[in-house]
Amino acid sequence: MNVLSVRDLTVEFRTPGGRLRALDRVSFEVGKGRILGVVGESGCGKSTLINAILGLLAENGEITSGTIRMSDGRDLTKLGDAELRAIRGQRISTVFQDPMGALNPVLSIGRQMRDIQYRLPLSRAEKDARSVEMLRKVRIPDPESRLVQYPHEFSGGMKQRIAIAMALMMEPELLIADEPTTALDATLEVATIELLKELQRDIGCAVLFISHHLGVIAELCDAVIVMYAGAVVERGEIGTIFHHPAHPYTERLLECDPGRLHERVGRLPTIPGEIPDLRQRPAGCIFAPRCHRAEPRCAEPPPDRSVGPGHVARCWLAGETAEARA
Amino acid sequence: MSSVAEPARPRHAGLAALGRVLAEPMGLFGLALVVLVIVSAVFADQLAAYNPTRMMPRDRFADPGWTHLMGTDHLGRDLFARVLHGGRIALWVALVATSISLALGAVLGLIAGYGPRWLDNLLILIFDAVKSFPTVMLALTLVTLFGPSLTAVMVVVVLVATPSYARVIRTQTMALKTSEFILAARAMGAGMGRILRVHVLPNVIGPVLILASMDIPVVIAIEAGMSFLGLGVRPPTPSWGAILNDGFTNIRETPWIAVAGGLPVILTTLGFTFLGETLRDVFDPRLRREG
Amino acid sequence: MLGYAVRRLGLGVAIVTTAMAILFIMIFLVPGDPASVALGPRATPEMVEALRVRMGLDRPVWEQFWNFYASAVRGDLGTEALSGRPVADVVLEQLPYTLALIVSGISWAVALGIPLGALAAVQRGSLADRIVGVLSVAVIAVPSFVVAIYALLIFAVWLRWLPAIGAGEPGDFADQLTHLLLPSLAVGLGWVGYIARMVRASMLEALQASHIRTARAFGLPERLITYSYALRIAILPTLTLLGIGVGHMLSSAVFAEIVFARPGIGKLVYDAIIVRNYPVVTGAVLVTTVFFVMVNVAADILVGALDPRVRSELGR
Repeated sequence: MNVLSVRDLTVEFRTPGGRLRALDRVSFEVGKGRILGVVGESGCGKSTLINAILGLLAENGEITSGTIRMSDGRDLTKLGDAELRAIRGQRISTVFQDPMGALNPVLSIGRQMRDIQYRLPLSRAEKDARSVEMLRKVRIPDPESRLVQYPHEFSGGMKQRIAIAMALMMEPELLIADEPTTALDATLEVATIELLKELQRDIGCAVLFISHHLGVIAELCDAVIVMYAGAVVERGEIGTIFHHPAHPYTERLLECDPGRLHERVGRLPTIPGEIPDLRQRPAGCIFAPRCHRAEPRCAEPPPDRSVGPGHVARCWLAGETAEARA
Repeated sequence: MSSVAEPARPRHAGLAALGRVLAEPMGLFGLALVVLVIVSAVFADQLAAYNPTRMMPRDRFADPGWTHLMGTDHLGRDLFARVLHGGRIALWVALVATSISLALGAVLGLIAGYGPRWLDNLLILIFDAVKSFPTVMLALTLVTLFGPSLTAVMVVVVLVATPSYARVIRTQTMALKTSEFILAARAMGAGMGRILRVHVLPNVIGPVLILASMDIPVVIAIEAGMSFLGLGVRPPTPSWGAILNDGFTNIRETPWIAVAGGLPVILTTLGFTFLGETLRDVFDPRLRREG
Repeated sequence: MLGYAVRRLGLGVAIVTTAMAILFIMIFLVPGDPASVALGPRATPEMVEALRVRMGLDRPVWEQFWNFYASAVRGDLGTEALSGRPVADVVLEQLPYTLALIVSGISWAVALGIPLGALAAVQRGSLADRIVGVLSVAVIAVPSFVVAIYALLIFAVWLRWLPAIGAGEPGDFADQLTHLLLPSLAVGLGWVGYIARMVRASMLEALQASHIRTARAFGLPERLITYSYALRIAILPTLTLLGIGVGHMLSSAVFAEIVFARPGIGKLVYDAIIVRNYPVVTGAVLVTTVFFVMVNVAADILVGALDPRVRSELGR
């Protein structure tokens, strides 16, 4: 059963320079209790995806087609503001990238954690007790006395753990983690990932884990979707994607990951070219201009090709390269 | 304040900016009021049928009507003529006092910004001290000591306005002081006076000009306010504040005199403020000061 | 925090001292002799000489300034030339009336300005936003004494809704309050505009912050986000603004007191000018200046105390 299943989601923004297609027929699902990674360069549409799921697209943004279904079958794209609000924070919760800015600077931690529980018919003391419990779970020392403190009185790592505690407070079915460790240094990153994994097992929620750090994705996730220029170019189980990538973009992305380089190189490899202007999408494959294996037929829109069980790539060459390799 | 010596804009940029001001309803309205006020002050003699100081004892406290558009005051002087001529005083004070404040503020600001640290600290302290007098209290003191006059009004305006201009100039000068082209000029042996005059002043004066244009309503309010209290323009010179005072004295019997004195003040301050706000938004949105 | 408060206070003292020096120089520059100015043209040379000695005008300049400064610090602002009463007593007697006027002016500004500014920010670009914007500019532009005269004309003379003159019966609070309504509106109206603009701008900035996005992602009610999460941050800068506002309102209060014939510092000084009672004028200027500077110091320290970020920043 899927906690979240996204089908053919397309999002467009009205800009002074014309309509901009930020997401192009995005499809994927997150199974119950599973961790799905989302990778891609900055500007690939990861933030738009989160905002579309949360119903928090900017005013000039619009879902032009597709569905986002919850486990109960409700389509989030069809819900009104009040219904969406009832889902946000309760059933779908989010940890954002910037731990410094994610907490309100002039309200105490206790106040902010109480506010999240505003739907619960509990007394103030009971809500505080739950907050303390949650802070203890994310290993904030002496949580009782820290409820009255303000965000600036905590370190960056602590703030991110508090943000995680707040997100898991209402025991959501799905946790969206938007590059939660990018702003932290390496040691803290490992510790935070470990904590997140542990809490996820504890609560049993599914996680949509967004990161551009392939090592973290490989460590944490069960499955992964690779995004490029607003499209999911490839999705599949973690091992399959990492060991048998079917899309040329995924191949290049893996080659460029410093963590996977086995030999010393003069300079870090990068993918030549840059992300195209999303206001003028080419008719065919959007990666074709940068693709080292582009062919004439790539000027036609590529199909979503099934390469193996649960393994799909949006590329003309997908099945063929796999065969050729086998 | 990283922008340094931006190239001079082509001529038609000014026209384009004017177009943008006119495209804003507020800017258009402001400009229309300002033009109205200036034209009626300049052509006061042609527009008004009477001499503003001529007393017509038989027409005392005449109601507004065709003979006297705004009626007459307690001495039988035509209020419409007095209002138009009052505009001359108001605009004259605004022009002269603002120019003096600008010049003085520029000099002090350049000295504070470019000069030694101790001098800067001293000047800032003096600016803060002068600004800490409530404006009206300062005006009242000056008038008590020196007697009421148009000069007293101007001195008050200069004292109130100069510190603000000097502060803006100072801040910008400090930012420029270490910029490359100033260092280059110094390396080429340019003297301090030349550097300040040729290189610094043209680069820092723009924002202050906009600020000064936005202070015109404040100056007009100070002149009218002091004249209302009998501390500014001496009778029988027509001034909006003096008309307001006449109207206030007889507010129950002849309320139109107070209306006639207040209306031009309202229209002028509104006009200059609307125009100034729009100009600032068009030319330099960074200047937006919310206080 | 304490260190900051002490530093801020020290700066305040320096400003007041400089202001007193400027005031002293102005008095010193007076054409003619302050003693004869104070006594008027009918005074005999003997009377003038006696007053000169009493005022210390026969002493060297620096000694005069030191006496002026030292006695002011002790709370001695001199004595009225004619009645012989201490100037400090005369001024402080009138101060509460002016304070009441300023406090109620601030109340208007805060009670109308904050909700209007918040409304404009939340409904950015709407008709309401535009109306609030234009009205804010308009009320800021129009001088307060014109507002006072027109308010008097409309509400007291034509409509007869509110009393025109005086401060009301002593002891009758309701009567005093109705007498306060029009003058305080004249004093506070412009500041409704300032506050509304300030709150709108800082509210828009606050609503952009990423913690607001977090709060939305937690499904918090929009009302809570606007008024508790954003407005709380947006209000802080207005406190500093109000500190400056007190100085402007002191000026407006002078006019309001004269227009509505209310007792207060402004009326006191105005009446003193007419009879050339200049120790009262300088005394009142000094008291209001010190008051204004101290209010600003207090506002800065208060912002420090209310904003947990500043608080800890300063605590270090």
